Amino acid sequence: MTTSTQIPFVDYLVLDDGDPHLVAHECTSCGARFFDRRNSCASCFADDFKTVRIATEGELRSFTIVAFAAKGVDVPFVAGIVDCDGTSVRGNIVNCPPDPEHVKMGMKVRLTTFSTGTDESGVDAVNFGFEPAG
Amino acid sequence: MSASDDIWILGIHMTKFGKHPDKDTVDLGAEAIKGALADAGVSMRDIGVLAAGNLMGRGGIGQQLQKQVGQTGIPVYNVANACATGATALRTAIMAVKAGEVDMGLAVGVEKLAGAGLLSGGERAADDKEWTPRGRFGAVGPVDGRIGTETMPGVFAQIGMEYGHRYGGTSFELFAKISEKNHSHSTLNPLAAYSKAMSLEQIMGDVMIAYPNTRPMCSANCDGAAAAVVVNGEKLKSLSLEQQRRAVKVTASVLTTDPWQEACQVLPDVNTLTRNAARQAYEQAGVGPQDLDLVELHDCFATAELVHYDNLMLCEEGGAVDFFESGAPWRTGKTPVNVSGGLQSKGHPISATGIANIWEVAQHVRGECGDRQIEGANIGLAHVIGLGSACGVHILEKSAA
Repeated sequence: MTTSTQIPFVDYLVLDDGDPHLVAHECTSCGARFFDRRNSCASCFADDFKTVRIATEGELRSFTIVAFAAKGVDVPFVAGIVDCDGTSVRGNIVNCPPDPEHVKMGMKVRLTTFSTGTDESGVDAVNFGFEPAG
Repeated sequence: MSASDDIWILGIHMTKFGKHPDKDTVDLGAEAIKGALADAGVSMRDIGVLAAGNLMGRGGIGQQLQKQVGQTGIPVYNVANACATGATALRTAIMAVKAGEVDMGLAVGVEKLAGAGLLSGGERAADDKEWTPRGRFGAVGPVDGRIGTETMPGVFAQIGMEYGHRYGGTSFELFAKISEKNHSHSTLNPLAAYSKAMSLEQIMGDVMIAYPNTRPMCSANCDGAAAAVVVNGEKLKSLSLEQQRRAVKVTASVLTTDPWQEACQVLPDVNTLTRNAARQAYEQAGVGPQDLDLVELHDCFATAELVHYDNLMLCEEGGAVDFFESGAPWRTGKTPVNVSGGLQSKGHPISATGIANIWEVAQHVRGECGDRQIEGANIGLAHVIGLGSACGVHILEKSAA
């Protein structure tokens, strides 16, 4: 095991050498998209899904600045909902001061990745967030 | 519709909300049941079904309570629907009565929550020694705080902020003013966990939990219980005139879940299911929002109260800010909202909430609400949301007897 091994923090983040992006399970029948594994489509009950790439740029549709959280969670941080070309994505807003003067509703953001830390085997778990794109 | 199809609340009771260090969950639940039976003028012998809710205990609350109030062998349904658990218990009892299986049913919700912190967990689980993908997202570690937030104050903050982004007019101060109203209302409620007025400055200057919700803008964790006896119209006719006079008609009883929406997988959609429940309830009751003399809605956070003005159609679509600014939801306004003090001040012992809000409305339409009576109240609505989600809406009407 080398220290350069990287894995994504969640399976819907694809690291792809220098081109990280999110993917979703898209219902082949109605087009509904899901980040988690689904047994059937919650919208139309069909069973078939295909993997689709999610836009890496979007608009901040809502946010909160979490100042009080469970022990072990670093605060403050900005949690947001980003509209990525019609697909809503949940993630943290990073590389931006966590205050309402800097985090603006409707602002353009883009996907970014960062290390969450390495485990005892030296594997680096890479997570995603969104940073201001303006 | 025959009298046997009509549903009435014959008796209802809520305990004092707050800290009850000397009482356990069973004590509080039993107190609520005995209070509701006494209020109804009946005994456990008259009850054909018991529906019971409690989320934080060890399960089987209905049977535990029977052992304290009377084991008569009737069916017990232990129900759980997050913060809508109480309303779900009530609905279960109502369905049994409506189905004609029994003519009288009992519902109870109880919770010991004083001193509880964030309900999503006090401590994030430690990461594994080796990153191992687990669960339906294949996550190698806990995601709370790493991919958005799972805390309730944060989730509901985003719900209020999203509304503001869509329709405009919201601000930290506006949300704080909603909380100021509820804390002010609670000063007239001796059963509220907190009954002190708070100034706007105090509310905005308090500890920030999840912007824009400060601590007093969040529902108050506390202990409490509430119970109700429901009866069909046919049976009610056989009871005393006093029982008939005090009975409160349930003109609508609705429970909904959230239909699929594009974004509901990333941020719970508390709007669509509330709107659906309200629409069904108004239709069942044959009334509209303009007919309501008071509303108890699920203000688990100040940011939630705003969106529910709109979801319950108390205002035009997109008009919640104007509705609030007009003074309408104050107790002196056109549509008083949360005159009990709401979850932010009366408190939120989760499983009790969906019956306690019915108690508040019932006391007003009975004209028995003392200092905080809304004069001439005839019709009221009670709303509750449990994330996941489930939404209960009940409309109550004064007895014609």
